[in-house]
Amino acid sequence: MEDGRQREPMVVVNRLVKRFGSFTAVDDLSFTVGKGEVFGFLGPNGAGKSTTIRMLCGLLRSTSGTATVAGHDINGDPERVRSQIGYMSQRFSLYRDLTVLENIAFFGGVYGLSGERLKAREEAVMAMAGLSGFGGELTGRLSGAVQQRLALGCALLHEPPVLFLDEPTSGVDPTSRRRFWDTIQDLAEQGVTVLVTTHFMDEAEFCERVGLINAGRLVALDTPASLRREAVDEDLFEVAVADLRAGHGRMAGIPGVQAVSYFGQSLHVFCRRGAHTAESLARAGRDRGAAVAGARAVPVTLEDAFIRLVQRPGAAVDPARQPPRQHGGGAGA
Amino acid sequence: MNGQPAAGGWRAALSVRWGHRFLAVLKKEFRQIGRDPLSLGLLIGVPSLLLLLYGYALTFDVKHIAVAVLDEDRTPASRAFLEALLENPYFDRTCALEDRRKGDALLLQGRVRSVIVVPRGFSTGLSRGERVVVQALVDGADATSAATVEGYLHALAERVTRVAQERTFAATGLAPLLPVVLVEPRIWFNPDLESGKFLVPGLIAMLLMLSCVIATSLSIVREKERQTLEQMMVSPLRPIEFVLGKTAPYVLIGLVTMVVILSVGYVFFDVAIRGSFLLLGVATLLFLVAALGMGVMISSSTHSQQIAFQVAVIATILPSFLLSGFIFPIRNMPVVIQAVTYLVPPRYFVSAIRGVILKDATFAMIWPNLAALLALGVFFNLVALRKTRKTL
Repeated sequence: MEDGRQREPMVVVNRLVKRFGSFTAVDDLSFTVGKGEVFGFLGPNGAGKSTTIRMLCGLLRSTSGTATVAGHDINGDPERVRSQIGYMSQRFSLYRDLTVLENIAFFGGVYGLSGERLKAREEAVMAMAGLSGFGGELTGRLSGAVQQRLALGCALLHEPPVLFLDEPTSGVDPTSRRRFWDTIQDLAEQGVTVLVTTHFMDEAEFCERVGLINAGRLVALDTPASLRREAVDEDLFEVAVADLRAGHGRMAGIPGVQAVSYFGQSLHVFCRRGAHTAESLARAGRDRGAAVAGARAVPVTLEDAFIRLVQRPGAAVDPARQPPRQHGGGAGA
Repeated sequence: MNGQPAAGGWRAALSVRWGHRFLAVLKKEFRQIGRDPLSLGLLIGVPSLLLLLYGYALTFDVKHIAVAVLDEDRTPASRAFLEALLENPYFDRTCALEDRRKGDALLLQGRVRSVIVVPRGFSTGLSRGERVVVQALVDGADATSAATVEGYLHALAERVTRVAQERTFAATGLAPLLPVVLVEPRIWFNPDLESGKFLVPGLIAMLLMLSCVIATSLSIVREKERQTLEQMMVSPLRPIEFVLGKTAPYVLIGLVTMVVILSVGYVFFDVAIRGSFLLLGVATLLFLVAALGMGVMISSSTHSQQIAFQVAVIATILPSFLLSGFIFPIRNMPVVIQAVTYLVPPRYFVSAIRGVILKDATFAMIWPNLAALLALGVFFNLVALRKTRKTL
């Protein structure tokens, strides 16, 4: 893969704002995605990820700010943008009462494909979705994972240079999700620019760069590795306690503990570098009355990074003030 | 990835793909309709069923009015009078009464619409040349029946009077030189004045309007509900291609419905088409375009099939029933309401198809209606297209 700085920018977002009445869904967002990059938008539900994608697809008009997709202004020339993008949303949007091949023929027709090109694309999509031989099957009867691959295939029929995926893997089993991400990475290697939203933190690890978004603002933007490293400059321990709520308060009071967060059925405790070992932390916890069952040092995940970032005072960061990164298209303004 | 074509090639590519995209939507729509034969059957069959139902229920012809008679005179003259009254199909003698009080009860119970009393002395009075009074008690609750009873009794009384007068003159040897004005009506187009012939074309307009507007409005809102519209909106598909592709199948279905419903009208209500089939087809086509435009307008302003259905029903049934001239003559309406009727497509369609079906009207006679339908169709569809924007 070529170095990000030399890549052609395919999605350029500049101070994009979307307000619904008095509610600001997307607040002054700026970033750039280079050709062939898989760019992940990570954040909780309602953070403004989908709204951003919808603006970039021309489904919503922005309140202010500009953006270009494949060189075309999303507000000035939405039709050209539409011919350059593939879009797939969390909500399955193929026709369930049509067969697989009928859906492909329809979307092919909508994108102006015909004859041999349509035939060739149809075969490629059937192969990609693992549907060879099931062309006559009604789409509604397929499993969720197969429907999802077919939807991706239909979004790719016209070989768009830019692909927008809005929560594409929600409702899909882990194995199929893994397979889906393999496909996405293959596409990126072929030069397709992919902008994907997810709230699965583990999925963000598949992205080349991740933008963390919270309450409409970009909290951080970097490679997953840099995000983890820079957001969390503490030692991290996973602590199993009997009573999570009580344990949370007690652990937070231990000297050297900077922050405590819930992590599934255990706690993640962030300690000043070198202040504790797993053993000393567990002991300190028990001394303070927390029913600690065990503690171990764990590697920082993106979820930890996200939590630490949104806890920081003045959490929303200007991407321009981001620390220099190893590669990537360079952030916005 | 395929490179982006040069700017000039772009426009050319767009126009070539225009037909493609429209055809893709059209094909898809036909396939979806074909996959749901029950809905298609309902769409075509229900208007015919409703025509049967309304056609038999909705009649202004007053026949077989139940009357009770009380003959207090009991003479050949009184019997002849009552016979003359009851020999026609408008009245049925339900019972012969013995006294007046019974008659009041029957009227009150609604078992008869009218009680006719021929008083004692009817015969002798007539022969003496006196004024005789026949009493008719009429139930005014049903105004139409009441008016028919009244009118018919007046006519009958006049006839009996004239016969009696002539007989008197003949007996006295004088020539009957009484001036008499007679109206001899010749009723054209619907000689028997059957209201069915008048109502069926109106019903056809109403039912066609109902089924078309509902079908199109639902078909687009359904795509909103199922999120498939969103996928259309991010594609290069233009609103006009989408709307045309979605509605064209319903134009065809509407025409088929028209053929079926006209056949039902012919078989069951004896409403034959006197005029040109071509002209009828053109009128139907223009009407369908206007109706479908309304359907698209409704679907682009609503977000669920349920709401779209309700709006479609309200927007079609009432106006096409009340404001189309189907039942109530437009000329008798207040001016404001008359102005509203200009926006109701069935208004023009009802008068156009009444003309073609009943009177063999030519293009020259109904063209203003056709022009109005065309104008409304263009207007509705333009508004619909403007509303079918590609943003959420």
